[in-house]
Amino acid sequence: MNLSDIRTRLAGLEGRSYWRSLEELSDTPEFHDYVQREFPYQASEFTDPAGRRQFLKLMGASLALAGVSACTRQPPEKLVPYVTQPEEIVPGRPLFFATAMPHGGLASPLLAENHMGRPTKLEGNPEHPASLGATDVLAQASVLTLYDPDRSRAILNRGELKTWATFTAALQVALGPMRTTGGAGFRLLTEPISSPSTIDQIEALLTTFPQAKWHQWDPVYGAVQGGAPAAHPIYRFDRADVIVALDADFLGFGSAAVRYAKDFSSRRRMGTPEDALNRLYAVEPVLTITGSNADHRLAIKSRDVRGVATALAAAVGAPGASGTASADTAKFVAAVADDLKAHRGKSVVVAGDTQPASVHALARAMNDVLGNTGATVTYTAPIVASPLDGAASLAELTRDMAAGSVDVLLIIGSNPVFTAPADLDFKTALDKVKTRVHLGLYDDETAEQCHWHIPEAHYLESWGDVRAFDGTVSLIQPLIAPLYDGRSAIEVLASANGTGGQTTMDLVKGYWTKAFGGQTKTAWTLHDRQGRAFASVDQFWRHALHDGFVSSTSWYEGAPPQALAAPAAQPAPAARTTDTGMEIVFRPDPYILDGRNANNGWLQELPRPLSKVTWDNVAYISARTAERLGVPVSRSGNQNQPVLEIKYQGRSAKLPAWVMPGTADDVVVVLLGGGRLKAGRVGHDAGHNVFGLRGSNAMWFDGGAEVSKTAETYPVYSTQNHFVMEDRHAVRVVELDAFKKNPKAVEELGPERPSYAESLYPEREYKSYKWGMAIDLNACTGCSACIVACVAENNIPVVGKTQVGRSREMHWLRVDTYFEGDPGSPSGTYNQPIPCMQCETAPCEPVCPVAATVHSDEGLNDMVYNRCVGTRYCSNNCPYKVRRFNFMLYQDFYTPELKPQRNPDVTIRSRGVMEKCTYCVQRINHARIDAKTDGRTIRDGEIKTACEQVCPADAIVFGDLNDANSRVVKLKAQERNYGLLEELGTRPRTSYLAKVKNTNPALRES
Amino acid sequence: MAVSQFPEGDFRAPVPVINPGHSYRSITEKLTGMVLTPHTPLAWFVVMFVGLSLLMGLTMSLTYLLAKGIGIWGNNIPVGWAFDIINFVWWIGIGHAGTLISAILLLFKQDWRTSINRFAEAMTLFAVACAAIFPIFHTGRPWLAAYWLFPYPNTMTLWPNFRSPLIWDVFAVSTYAAVSAIFWFVGLIPDLATFRDRAESPVLKRVYGILALGWRGSARHWFRYETAYLLLAGLSAPLVLSVHTVVSFDFAVAVLPGWHATIFPPYFVAGAIYAGFAMVLTLAIPLRAMYKLHDYITMRHLENMAKVTLITGLVVVYGYLCEAFYGWYSGNEYERFMLKNRIYYGPYAWTYWMLMLCNFIVPQLLWSKRLRRNLAVVFTVVMFVNVGMWLERFVIIVTSLHRDFLPSSWQMYYPTVWDFMTLFGTIGLFLTLMFVFVRVLPMISIFEMRTLLPEATPKHHPEGEAH
Repeated sequence: MNLSDIRTRLAGLEGRSYWRSLEELSDTPEFHDYVQREFPYQASEFTDPAGRRQFLKLMGASLALAGVSACTRQPPEKLVPYVTQPEEIVPGRPLFFATAMPHGGLASPLLAENHMGRPTKLEGNPEHPASLGATDVLAQASVLTLYDPDRSRAILNRGELKTWATFTAALQVALGPMRTTGGAGFRLLTEPISSPSTIDQIEALLTTFPQAKWHQWDPVYGAVQGGAPAAHPIYRFDRADVIVALDADFLGFGSAAVRYAKDFSSRRRMGTPEDALNRLYAVEPVLTITGSNADHRLAIKSRDVRGVATALAAAVGAPGASGTASADTAKFVAAVADDLKAHRGKSVVVAGDTQPASVHALARAMNDVLGNTGATVTYTAPIVASPLDGAASLAELTRDMAAGSVDVLLIIGSNPVFTAPADLDFKTALDKVKTRVHLGLYDDETAEQCHWHIPEAHYLESWGDVRAFDGTVSLIQPLIAPLYDGRSAIEVLASANGTGGQTTMDLVKGYWTKAFGGQTKTAWTLHDRQGRAFASVDQFWRHALHDGFVSSTSWYEGAPPQALAAPAAQPAPAARTTDTGMEIVFRPDPYILDGRNANNGWLQELPRPLSKVTWDNVAYISARTAERLGVPVSRSGNQNQPVLEIKYQGRSAKLPAWVMPGTADDVVVVLLGGGRLKAGRVGHDAGHNVFGLRGSNAMWFDGGAEVSKTAETYPVYSTQNHFVMEDRHAVRVVELDAFKKNPKAVEELGPERPSYAESLYPEREYKSYKWGMAIDLNACTGCSACIVACVAENNIPVVGKTQVGRSREMHWLRVDTYFEGDPGSPSGTYNQPIPCMQCETAPCEPVCPVAATVHSDEGLNDMVYNRCVGTRYCSNNCPYKVRRFNFMLYQDFYTPELKPQRNPDVTIRSRGVMEKCTYCVQRINHARIDAKTDGRTIRDGEIKTACEQVCPADAIVFGDLNDANSRVVKLKAQERNYGLLEELGTRPRTSYLAKVKNTNPALRES
Repeated sequence: MAVSQFPEGDFRAPVPVINPGHSYRSITEKLTGMVLTPHTPLAWFVVMFVGLSLLMGLTMSLTYLLAKGIGIWGNNIPVGWAFDIINFVWWIGIGHAGTLISAILLLFKQDWRTSINRFAEAMTLFAVACAAIFPIFHTGRPWLAAYWLFPYPNTMTLWPNFRSPLIWDVFAVSTYAAVSAIFWFVGLIPDLATFRDRAESPVLKRVYGILALGWRGSARHWFRYETAYLLLAGLSAPLVLSVHTVVSFDFAVAVLPGWHATIFPPYFVAGAIYAGFAMVLTLAIPLRAMYKLHDYITMRHLENMAKVTLITGLVVVYGYLCEAFYGWYSGNEYERFMLKNRIYYGPYAWTYWMLMLCNFIVPQLLWSKRLRRNLAVVFTVVMFVNVGMWLERFVIIVTSLHRDFLPSSWQMYYPTVWDFMTLFGTIGLFLTLMFVFVRVLPMISIFEMRTLLPEATPKHHPEGEAH
């Protein structure tokens, strides 16, 4: 029975055309028999008296003979308890394995928590220089993709199920004739790749087929405009006093952001008012996480960034740079240049990935002339080995395909049919390729257009290696056997190369065995962290797998940078872009990216940083542009947004408008990633497809866009609709010099705190532990990784767009954003993570009629799900509104694939129950058990809440307030410490350390 | 009527409570004839049709609610309570007039209450029944809330949280419902005996006979009956004040600006009486026309009720003023913001001005005696009050919740079709119960009406007043 037969049958049906199973659809006699026997084992015999008698006789005999059957051989079953307990497995305790997630071709190093053989939660690898224990949103959410029931499960050939053997045979048939011809018609299309073993495999393939070509396309990480930068910069923000970001979101974009955020925030954390703060200047067209942390921010069009960079380079005396700043940026440029010159060797200029090579060259020239190169930034050869300019590479491939010169196309991981630039018409060209093979996690738009689709193994299911942004080789080891028979890229490549049949582990380990013997093209010097050489390849392999990385390969740790090409001359900006008119800026959705994560419910529902929009991609415009277009600027609740029609280069698309403070005027920022045509149950119909606008000559920005408001509206739901603080000082912000003069400045910002001694009630004593948390708002970047870490740790359900629209999202932790000043150009952007405050005198506790929320002896505000009847009074009385209610049955109790993901230590909540942050009480209890076993008290830092553990900025610190030496006590003793709404007398256990802005006196207003 | 101690034309002179020309026989025949007759007015069928249709809606919406959860309503975070608790407080408020009329006016010897107390009490019971739906069904898990809120001994030795105002509510409302029901039933006993004696069908005789509890009308019965009734009246009187006081604690105990106010108990009680009288008038005016009760529910009754409505309305408006004043006078930024948000710049400010129109401006028409005697006007005014009292709770609950302390959690609340179905469904339940009552029981106390006749009072009685 194949798909076309089924289609024919369906077309012939009248009336009822839905079906329960493929068996029913195939309408075979076996199926009729099966349906008739709803209870297949003998049940239907009961309808017939003779049969029933027979049945009872047989049953009686079976019972009588049941004892005899003990002598027969039972069929083997795999669900057996351990006879010999594996040494390291303690039931109920997870194991942690080091692995890494490929992220734009680079590594996000991880420790995967494994409960009885199933990965449930990912943490950062604390020993890996690219993580230091922290992770980001995408890594946290990737565990859900592993269990996604919509992932592709079978090898398909034109829609028919096939086996791996059939595929490899077919591949050999297609490639066989080329072995003699050099493979002129063979093309390989991948995403950016840094994996040494995969690169080795590709190189081997290109040796076999010298005429074959390797192309790269990644609309997010592999797309450049105006040429690829010649060098790969590695920054040391911990050493920089002054940072200038030229359209660079180094705190929020890419896998390096985790380490960069850690380094950056290490210079924002003030122990005393005397501590030196760094100062960040950002120049960008749209507010990013980096921009929201900047002390000074200049919102200008993307195309004007080069002008600012040139003027700045000229001002700091970079050779060859000449130019003056425009009138509106002159003051800014002059002040920044002075600041840079005052911090030679201690400053850094960062150019963004969306800017052309010329801006990168300018930034590098500035760093060179300021003496920063070598101190705060190192330039190395690119880490990814694939072609860097994805748009050019894909354009070349499309040209060849259209010319009919491509016979076999192997697409690995990429989804070009959906994401290719519109002007290339990739889909039409693809039709001319004789054999098209697609390897991907999903049976997506590209898979649909290919002859063969191979399900890709998730990285948690496969072996591999990948390099981090600092060059560290990180090993990927599987945490679980492939759930859906997926294959990894290296396996497919080996098979194309005629060296198939090996396991993925053998392929990866094989490379490193060769590398150990010095037989690889890249020469690796392998030694452990103490610099000792390994005795054998197995020792090296075990060591590296245990650590998750090859320790001698990090440039942070002294590995020599790879040979670097000479600095490129400053090329002129790409001539094919327009410099006039309204600017269109393309940005990937922060979480969905180009749509590849569209079927991940955690990411869809995670409020996008700063806008808090969920489930949709929108077009950001500034308040002034909105006024000009007639789009309402304010919004009091979740409502429909006007839809904009964006016309650009004769193409047009419609996208709902979103007024985003901090967007440059006359810029429309188009977020990619929505409107996937074939994404799965979650991603289907989420957002709008805007790839139709993007052209291959302007990947990131271009002028000449026409934007108009249409009469249509579209519901866009966000989790926050009011971004003004209303003089309430939820986030307390002080200037550095004001704070130095008056250390009480933070306290004076808030209303008077009631004296706790005035209470009529006796003071409650906490004799054992007294848990508390401090959140440093100066360190927090607002990246929202804490939210998704909390979701993963605490089994928080996804509620869907409609429910978010009703303001019923379930996130226990939220990150609030407030803007200060004019909505057109805000003078400040503040992020504030809000978990439960665990108030000592909690307003929620006395009002619960059934005592379902009670105070523990350690000061936790415990929620007893079993006792909760759901009056919601506690939520009404919570001044912080951190309680979340299961208005409906939000948790998925029925999808079997999703069950293994859940944290077995946390209750799955059902309908009608209130829930909220518990300070990860399950982690506290684990630590308590450990401490009791050892006969000691819990050590400071032994418990990390999920939000604390994930935080790249170390902004969240949890600990025991009864321990005078704990980090949290020291933080709370700081002058910056304040309690949110403490004037209400709630005595919150979670407190905040105020934000201190380090503005440049030369740039202050008046 | 007895000879008045006041000269002719003195405004203090008692006005006859029922129109002249009636005898024991005419009263009994009229009032029993309304029930013990095979003829039902057409209007009754019309009202029952409307009531039952809405009741079907209630059944449907509650069934769907049980199947899907509270999420079918518009409630959210931050607006955890909305139509559910608005409706609860509204119905409880309406349920106040009955006991007030029966008990407090009885104790104050306001004999005009006799014509209206029976159906006002019934109205109370039915309003409380409507109200009681919400505390159960507004919870996330009503199957547990139905008994976990009561302090019953259990193997887990768990008690409810006695600090929670919701538990006080449970006690206050269940006590009120129980006492009102007993009071109402005790008041019915002599009339049930009358029905038993006058019913022709043996089935009805039997039914009313059982309900009459063997009442024979002996002097000893009357003596005990009067004592019991007075005691029950004494017991119910404080409940009139306590129930809504306790309901107001649901809000006053919370920290939320707009809820956290000491004015709430008296303000809620006044509001409840206001709403109750408005509802009694809403029912009395059509019933009087439908059953031609002009002799029993006279213009004097309606005017008195209109006056009570006007006065309690002014007390309620005083409450609004106090709330506003203290919001400003507190100097608390959250209180002041709440006030501004509620009155002028919030998205729900229109509800506040609608409330002012309904509860403050329109009822001022009742100052005019001419308008007060025009039943079309009075009916319109009390309909405004009914809506106004609902809006008052909307303003208190939704407007306070939707914008509280942290601007980041501010959200809007929009009701769904199920919210409206439940609200109108309870109105259907109320109408159905009310009209079933009117059809099978005496809506005006027969024996008490008889005591209002001049011949009920011995000539030598010094007070000249019926009791």
